[in-house]
Amino acid sequence: MEEIDKLIGAARAGHKFSTARLISLVERGDSSAPYILEKIAPHTGRAYTIGITGPPGAGKSTLVDRLVHLFCRNRFSVGIIAVDPASPFSGGALLGDRVRMNIKDRNSNVFFRSMSAGRVLGGLSRTTRDAARILDAAGKQIIIIETVGVGQSELDIAQATDTVLVVLMPESGDTIQIMKAGLMEIADIFVINKADRPGAETISQSIEGMLAPGAAARQWVPPVYQTAASLNRGMDELYEGIRRHREFLQDQSRLEQRRKTQLKTEMQRRIEEAFSELLWQEFSRNEDLERLVEDIWRQKTDPRAAARRLVSAWLQNKKLGGPGNS
Amino acid sequence: MERKIRVVMAKLGLDIHWRGVYLVSQFLKDAGMEVIYIGNTFPEQIVEAAVEEDADVVGLSTLSGNHLTLGPRVVELLKENGMDKVKVFMGGVIPPNHIPLLKEKGIHEVYGPDTAMEVIVTGIQNAVAFTQT
Repeated sequence: MEEIDKLIGAARAGHKFSTARLISLVERGDSSAPYILEKIAPHTGRAYTIGITGPPGAGKSTLVDRLVHLFCRNRFSVGIIAVDPASPFSGGALLGDRVRMNIKDRNSNVFFRSMSAGRVLGGLSRTTRDAARILDAAGKQIIIIETVGVGQSELDIAQATDTVLVVLMPESGDTIQIMKAGLMEIADIFVINKADRPGAETISQSIEGMLAPGAAARQWVPPVYQTAASLNRGMDELYEGIRRHREFLQDQSRLEQRRKTQLKTEMQRRIEEAFSELLWQEFSRNEDLERLVEDIWRQKTDPRAAARRLVSAWLQNKKLGGPGNS
Repeated sequence: MERKIRVVMAKLGLDIHWRGVYLVSQFLKDAGMEVIYIGNTFPEQIVEAAVEEDADVVGLSTLSGNHLTLGPRVVELLKENGMDKVKVFMGGVIPPNHIPLLKEKGIHEVYGPDTAMEVIVTGIQNAVAFTQT
């Protein structure tokens, strides 16, 4: 573990490769991962995290590039985690978010990491959160997590950040499409990118229309910004919008509450994982399991009833202090 | 957990040809590797990507005659950053008599236009298996 301590020390001193290696170790589920995360914990919680999600082709990566420019100009150090899907066939991935990054200032304090959605062991959001913690400990003040907004796990990641940007484009379809995708509920800020194309005004208005009912009762009504990131249009306004949301959260300890809620959800997930792993170790050794599978196969019972029988028998055994209780 | 080979793929310098690098990237992905495609880049950016992405391999595509100058520069910069273990592969249009020169300067392997994809895939797999132990 001496080597790991050295890596952490170097990462905190700004050594990029040490940060990169720590992320790899945690991402891979290396045996040193729990040690790393526990060791860096005192140095985390300082960074502000921004989640960026939306359908493929909405221009998320280009938007991230422009935002990073603005953050750098205001002397923030920035970490970016960009998640792309993996091939379900080979497990490989083509990670292409980096190609949009155009940071030319060699002195800019930026760390960019591409991640494949396929390699993660216990859910995508767990790995990205751990990677974000490493960037946080390495002194990044702003951390941007970019994912394609399709599928529950991708939405989970975005939701585990301080400010969530949902990026759409004029061609994103009507509001029913957006509601279906579950993007409506998670947005703190809506961005209609590629707003130089026709239809931007229509989609902006329909989103604003969707948000209008009940707006008076809400403390934060997600604003809708129109941008054309590749033309660098509307970016200052969006940047200001993010700043305003941050200010909103910092007021009345809302940020603390939001993060605590997220941590609770994360704890719930991790407890569930730990338990189901433990229980399955127990049950997969159970001879009754094979017998019950046989019964289900012969249509004597159904999986639900069989599972219940197995669990209550196990609980009974526990209470009586049987062999399972050692 | 199974470790995936991470490959940073770049078009070297201002080279505009894209078909080769796209095709090879696809095949490496299909062989189970994680390919980080960074497009047109110069050695400094390529090495920065290799550092941040903790790459095992850097793939350089070049068809415009910049291989002798920019290629070895990538190897140099990797060394300067303490990343000597990263293997640099090159592909594209490269005169055969330049290949020994490139290898001398630390390029691990050079693949011409008629190379079979399997040769590239196994070439990378073997090189990385070697460094990982």
